[in-house]
Amino acid sequence: MSVTVEIPSPMRDLTDGRTRVAVEGATVGAVLADLVARHPAIRAKLYDGEKLRHYINVLVNDEDVRYLDDLDTVVADGAVVALIPAVAGG
Amino acid sequence: MAIPQAEFTIGLQCKLCGKIYPKSPVNFCTDDFGPLEVVYDYDAIRATVTRAKIEQRPRTMWRYRELLPLDGPPTVGPQVGCTPLIRADRLAKELGVSKLWIKNDAVNFPTLSFKDRVVSVALSKAREFGFKTVGCASTGNLANSVAANAAQAGLEAYIFVPSDLEKAKILNTSVYGAKVIAVHGTYDEVNRLCTQVAFKYNWGFVNINLRPFYAEGSKTMGYEIAEDLGWRFPRHVIAPMAGGSLIGKIHKSFEELYKVGLVSEAPRTKMYGAQATGCNPITDAVKSGRDRHKPVRKPNTICKSLAIGDPADGYFSKNLIHTTGGWADDVTDDEIVEGMLLLARTEGIFAETAGGVTIAVARKLLAENRLPRDEEIVLCITGNGLKTQDAVEGAVEKPALIKPSLDAFVEVFTGGDMGLPKTYGSAVLV
Repeated sequence: MSVTVEIPSPMRDLTDGRTRVAVEGATVGAVLADLVARHPAIRAKLYDGEKLRHYINVLVNDEDVRYLDDLDTVVADGAVVALIPAVAGG
Repeated sequence: MAIPQAEFTIGLQCKLCGKIYPKSPVNFCTDDFGPLEVVYDYDAIRATVTRAKIEQRPRTMWRYRELLPLDGPPTVGPQVGCTPLIRADRLAKELGVSKLWIKNDAVNFPTLSFKDRVVSVALSKAREFGFKTVGCASTGNLANSVAANAAQAGLEAYIFVPSDLEKAKILNTSVYGAKVIAVHGTYDEVNRLCTQVAFKYNWGFVNINLRPFYAEGSKTMGYEIAEDLGWRFPRHVIAPMAGGSLIGKIHKSFEELYKVGLVSEAPRTKMYGAQATGCNPITDAVKSGRDRHKPVRKPNTICKSLAIGDPADGYFSKNLIHTTGGWADDVTDDEIVEGMLLLARTEGIFAETAGGVTIAVARKLLAENRLPRDEEIVLCITGNGLKTQDAVEGAVEKPALIKPSLDAFVEVFTGGDMGLPKTYGSAVLV
């Protein structure tokens, strides 16, 4: 189950400058866990304790996971998971 | 010796963890992605500003320049602000309250909404940072304002809006020569797209990478209210909420006036938020006691200017409403139209749908005894009804159509009710 995670620029110093990282996982939670396993320093940016930080939106194929099943959202093979800072607009 | 304007603004600070950043076009903390807020040297400002100094300056929002985050004089929108604060006695009577004011940003310059305040700060700052291209994600009013002010400043503008926006708001953007991108999607999807565009191209997006500076412009609405009341604060303020920023900035403006010594008594103002029921993430969080707002996937309301389903400042505005002892509520589309008509017919102010929301929510809060009837209330009107005419088209009477003869007029005038177009039949028209 290969999935691509798009890394926003403020996190790229933790992914060796890569904008996209290929990971494995059947759910958003598993995908992010694999991302952290490959790039451990990114954990502190993504999580506050065990919970995802409030100001990062996670999208699967352009759909916000909060409208799906959050971390339990199923991701298909080839899906794109994007991490996007949420403080904008208004 | 006078302190240079640049020294009043120290930098940016994360609202979650407190980390300090230099003044730069960045809107979030790189540690926890929390929002950044401008930090001022209030002691330096206090030593400089006086009521007399401000009062002798031109009647624009820039009379409060020490409390705005520019390093030099404003180069965009120098005439913005200082809209009327109107004693609304006829509306007060209708609502059954003793003292009511309307802060009327429906006549703000140049594009008839409070957004000219934030845009003049953001684009002046964009120029200080050296941006040549600017942009925004907008529900309409911001689009108009960025387009007009960018035209005046000679900046290239890219404006992203949801494709189902009112025609007038799109036309009022395109006319200034801005490049308008209508996105099939909700405002929140437009907003997210703009975040990605802002990362890819080095543009100054007023409500993304320039957001900390941009948002500060809203404070001027509060400074003006306080000054026009004779340098004091009202007891209650009702403001519409989209992203949830304005309500917080109005309250911040009161705290700052106290901090720098322009008002001697600390603010005790209770803040009330207004939304449409078809997009009510913040009022829902207030009323249900939820810690975090639940985003609204598909907003469904005629009030498109407030249709932000996932408000960036939802958490902070909800907390502010609770800590000041205010409340929040939302109203249906029918109530919004009633609110627009009530304001127009009592005070002669044609506000856009968001104004209808504010008026209708005020009425609802009074009916629910959430708002006292005998204390001073300020209602914030943020945009102009000429931009959302579709909303009231079916609710107002059609003109009586007659031949140019006195008999024809007399027949209409005496034959019943001048204001009865429904029974105004074809017989008279022959």
